[in-house]
Amino acid sequence: MKVQRWTRTSKVFTGGTGVVALGLASVPLIFEPDVVQKLTNLLILVILAAMWNALAGYGGLVSVGQQAFIGIGAYGTVFFAGMGVSPYMAMLLAMALAGAISIPISLFALRLRAAQFAIGMWVIAEVMSIVVRLDKNLGAGTGISLIQMNQYAPNFRQAYTFWMALGFAVLFLAALFFLLRSPLGASLQAIRDDEDAARSLGVRVASRKRLLFVLAGFGCGAAGVLVVANTLFIEPGSVFSVQWSAYMIFMVLVGGLGTFEGPILGAILLFAIQTTFTQGGPWYLVGLGATAALFALVLPRGLWGAIEDRLGLRLLPVGYQVVSSDIKAEART
Amino acid sequence: MTLVNAIVQGIFLGAFYAVLACGLSIMFGVMRIINLAHGDLAVLGAYIAFVVVEQTGASAFVAFGIALPVMLALGYLLQVTVLARSLKAGILTPLLATFGLSIVIQNLLLIVFSPDVRSLGGSAGTFTTASWHVTGELSISALGVLVLVVAVVVFGALQLFLTYTPAGWAMRATAEDADAAELVGINSKAVYARATAIAVAVASLGGLFLGIRSVFEPASGPTQLIFAFEAVVIGGMGSLWGTLLGGIALGLAQTLGAQLHPQFSVLAGHLLFLAVLIARFGSSRTILRVAR
Repeated sequence: MKVQRWTRTSKVFTGGTGVVALGLASVPLIFEPDVVQKLTNLLILVILAAMWNALAGYGGLVSVGQQAFIGIGAYGTVFFAGMGVSPYMAMLLAMALAGAISIPISLFALRLRAAQFAIGMWVIAEVMSIVVRLDKNLGAGTGISLIQMNQYAPNFRQAYTFWMALGFAVLFLAALFFLLRSPLGASLQAIRDDEDAARSLGVRVASRKRLLFVLAGFGCGAAGVLVVANTLFIEPGSVFSVQWSAYMIFMVLVGGLGTFEGPILGAILLFAIQTTFTQGGPWYLVGLGATAALFALVLPRGLWGAIEDRLGLRLLPVGYQVVSSDIKAEART
Repeated sequence: MTLVNAIVQGIFLGAFYAVLACGLSIMFGVMRIINLAHGDLAVLGAYIAFVVVEQTGASAFVAFGIALPVMLALGYLLQVTVLARSLKAGILTPLLATFGLSIVIQNLLLIVFSPDVRSLGGSAGTFTTASWHVTGELSISALGVLVLVVAVVVFGALQLFLTYTPAGWAMRATAEDADAAELVGINSKAVYARATAIAVAVASLGGLFLGIRSVFEPASGPTQLIFAFEAVVIGGMGSLWGTLLGGIALGLAQTLGAQLHPQFSVLAGHLLFLAVLIARFGSSRTILRVAR
């Protein structure tokens, strides 16, 4: 009997992801700018889903307020660009700012449990939204444009933004992937499976959760940066909207809470739904809400969780599998 | 004198928040879950009253009499269909399920009633606009007094229910320890369903006051939920009378904040809430407590 990490499928698939990433990199060279803009949105959704899953799926932290960091990323970009920093540099600074702010917030927020954490984060996002509305330099309640992007021709701008989105998506997915595969990862998956049991075995639950929270702060900040880079205009009502949390919850619950691949699947599904129902509209949101609730109740590990359990399929190896010499017994780590 | 007026108005506003928060407090006390659709259920109650007013021309208070049994039934149904299932699945599932429900209710309201802003103020009788000018600055509105009296009556009635009725004893026993309560023959599922029915009914009373005091729209729910949750936390989670005081503290923070700058109103409430969370570090007794 031996413990293995890589299977043939996962080797092929992990190699395949590299190829997919390279293929995606050529998108701006092939497609029209409006397609590039839509695919940028998909990458934003992938980042958001992966980050929300890092919090909820591995840390047991249901946040309804990650839009706080999206807002910091978006408004941070406008702020730094307004100070004369070049727009793309401003974006990196804004993402770093979101990550940095998540540290002091974590000191307070991670002491809260369940609903207190969920709504506590929501109120933090609301406070930020109100503060932005009070600031005329950030456009107050009416919003503000990232005019500094006008120095780039639209085609190039769209391409740069897409590559940036792709870079961020790869960066954060890889960060999560290697985090989960590291010795830390075993403790994170232990927390996912049973927080109290993990604590009793000596896992430092608090510091692991902080790690996830700060990672999600950076990631959601990056998503906010991409939102403003992609749309060039932001207003507090939409960028700090709880709707972002609704999307994140939908993607992760449907895709697969606590699985690595699931949220990516969820992001693709949400993107497909959004592209099909371009008008949006209330019925589409009724469907999203009902589906998310249904998955939470009936299929808590989402589509990918069900696929994993039925088929033992693992495309990206973040866990271990036990293979006995004669019987192919597989255990979920 | 404006300060005194701000305090009086803050108490009236706070009584309204306490009514909104009451159901949230009951559900948390009995089942230890927070219903993220609570605000939307309050708004739904307001819409039901609004429909009755539109159809019959009755007063908003009479209309609420018709909405009340509907909301009680809805609360009961909510428990047996969604919450009972989610309770079994750990502490995060109720949050996720009720968040989904919140989006569903909001958007169904949007489909049925359009995004137009509605009010019940016009149909609640002339006395709701009456006020008593004590001095030039201080005025006491009849509606404010009514909300305060109703809030005290609601909390008092719940206290009596929990202290003196067998159903109330069963609820407290289940809140203390559901398994032990089962052992002595209490059907915890029925208790949970009753608690949710009461919670949703009181929430719709909050919705009625929201509609009379100001205006509502399909998207009003989340804000009401946040204010209600803030009142519950400020007063101490699981404490019934604490919720009444927490609501009043929140109302005071908002009206006093508005004295500094009109836009500081909601912000001041949020900051009080966050300060209380920091001070408590999230640890508190979480089962239903009543005054002894």
